[in-house]
Amino acid sequence: MSQQIQVSGLDAYYGRHKAIEDISMTIEPNTITAFIGPSGCGKSTFLRTLNRMHEVIPGARVEGKVLLDGEDLYGPGVEPVSVRRMIGMVFQRPNPFPTMSIYENVAAGLRLNGRRSKSEVDGIVETSLKGANLWNEVKDRLGKPGAGLSGGQQQRLCIARAIAVRPEVLLMDEPCSALDPISTLAIEDLMAELKSKFTIIIVTHNMQQAARVSDRTAFFNLAGQGQPGRVIEMDDTSRIFTNPSQKATEDYITGRFG
Amino acid sequence: MTTHTIRRVSAARRLKDRLVQTLVYLAFAVAVIPLISVLWLVIKNGLARFDLDFLTHSMRGIGARDVGGGAYHAILGTLEQVLLASLISVPIGLLTAIYLVEYGRGGRLSRAISFFVDVMTGIPSVVAGLFVLAFWVLALGMPFSGFAGALALSILMMPTVVRSTEEMLLLVPNDLREASYALGVPKWRTIVKVVLPTAFTGIVTGVMLAIARVAGETAPLMLTVFFTDSINSDPFSGPQMGLPLYVFDQARRPTDIAIDRAWTGALTLILIVMLLNLVARLIAWWRSPARGR
Repeated sequence: MSQQIQVSGLDAYYGRHKAIEDISMTIEPNTITAFIGPSGCGKSTFLRTLNRMHEVIPGARVEGKVLLDGEDLYGPGVEPVSVRRMIGMVFQRPNPFPTMSIYENVAAGLRLNGRRSKSEVDGIVETSLKGANLWNEVKDRLGKPGAGLSGGQQQRLCIARAIAVRPEVLLMDEPCSALDPISTLAIEDLMAELKSKFTIIIVTHNMQQAARVSDRTAFFNLAGQGQPGRVIEMDDTSRIFTNPSQKATEDYITGRFG
Repeated sequence: MTTHTIRRVSAARRLKDRLVQTLVYLAFAVAVIPLISVLWLVIKNGLARFDLDFLTHSMRGIGARDVGGGAYHAILGTLEQVLLASLISVPIGLLTAIYLVEYGRGGRLSRAISFFVDVMTGIPSVVAGLFVLAFWVLALGMPFSGFAGALALSILMMPTVVRSTEEMLLLVPNDLREASYALGVPKWRTIVKVVLPTAFTGIVTGVMLAIARVAGETAPLMLTVFFTDSINSDPFSGPQMGLPLYVFDQARRPTDIAIDRAWTGALTLILIVMLLNLVARLIAWWRSPARGR
């Protein structure tokens, strides 16, 4: 069952530069939350703090709390690797492993985390590819390289790879920005289906997309160049797009700045 | 009124074009002529004695004026020495490169290592031989052996392996590392299962270049493996031979038969290096991800 995420007073730094400041929010299980806002306002940075991917960058660090079902992901002794198994991630550019076949790509998370029986892996690969709506397109060529697929298929392969390790939460960092409208639609449909099993958080620059797929929307912005990004407003998506309480949000979604 | 008009290419421009083109072709020819003439000479002079006898016999009991004799002892020695040198330097070189790229990240230690690798690249091969002679043979009292030669060769191989592996690891996109981390894969497993396989082809090529470089080294062998005319298959005890040494030894003898043997020895050395390269290409092709497409 998916779990609730509670963030409180979160700051993230790149070296001395503070990228985001004082972010607090609650994300309910089995919902889709969209992060919108102008470039450089810290949406992706915040997303990466949620599965401890932020600290992979040299000099990057995080202050504050992220609770997954009450347990602090940044608490003492918490292993980042185990956090990332609970909270999967899909990146902006499709990045299948070039040395692996389609099958091996989906099985990567399972295989790389220890031995499992062949039949068990076979089953998980099939359900994951079905879950990512890719099974029918690739079932006859599972042994072919994942890099040989089209961009949209590659991105769905990456989603299959992420859900194969059965995470609780799925983070998506502009998953459709490199894709054509048809592939984008396929992935948006997929998100609506995945919602029943996972909690999904998506960063997007496409406001129609945020309006179409998400239940809740958070608007990020920064006060000025070099200032840290903050959450200006977070509310139900329908409310953000029809009747936002902040002037800045309204300006952004109606295209008056950003 | 317009300042831009469509003009024909002037004669001067065409002349300049021709001139530069000729220069480029000339430079290419100058670069290739020595290469081809060396190959041609070695093949022409080496084929005379390139027979089964040469490949299967040593120089044991072959007098100064005797025909026959071969380089079996030297081929065996070279293969063993190069293999041992690779066994020493490839793991160390690989691990050093992995440290530099994946863990060091431009810190003080990695900058220091980088500096010393650069210094090592510039070591003349005879110095590597002298070092092993002074340290291994004279100070520690170890005997002259194929292994001592392998030690000297591995000193020369290591920096090349580190540098080429480092370049290849840097070419692996960071996206792949992040994709792997995001699946909850620990860093060491990411390196072993994602980074190294992605860079595999380039690493193999780099290692082969390093092997090709040391396979022809003469000076360090002279100081460490000594000379012998007999077959010694044990690289850990007693003097051994190497092909470059064999060529050197035969070429300075005053008879034509010996000179012929030297040419054939050189041809054999070139063939061995080419064969190793071919094997590496095959491995790289067999492991390449594009194959299944």
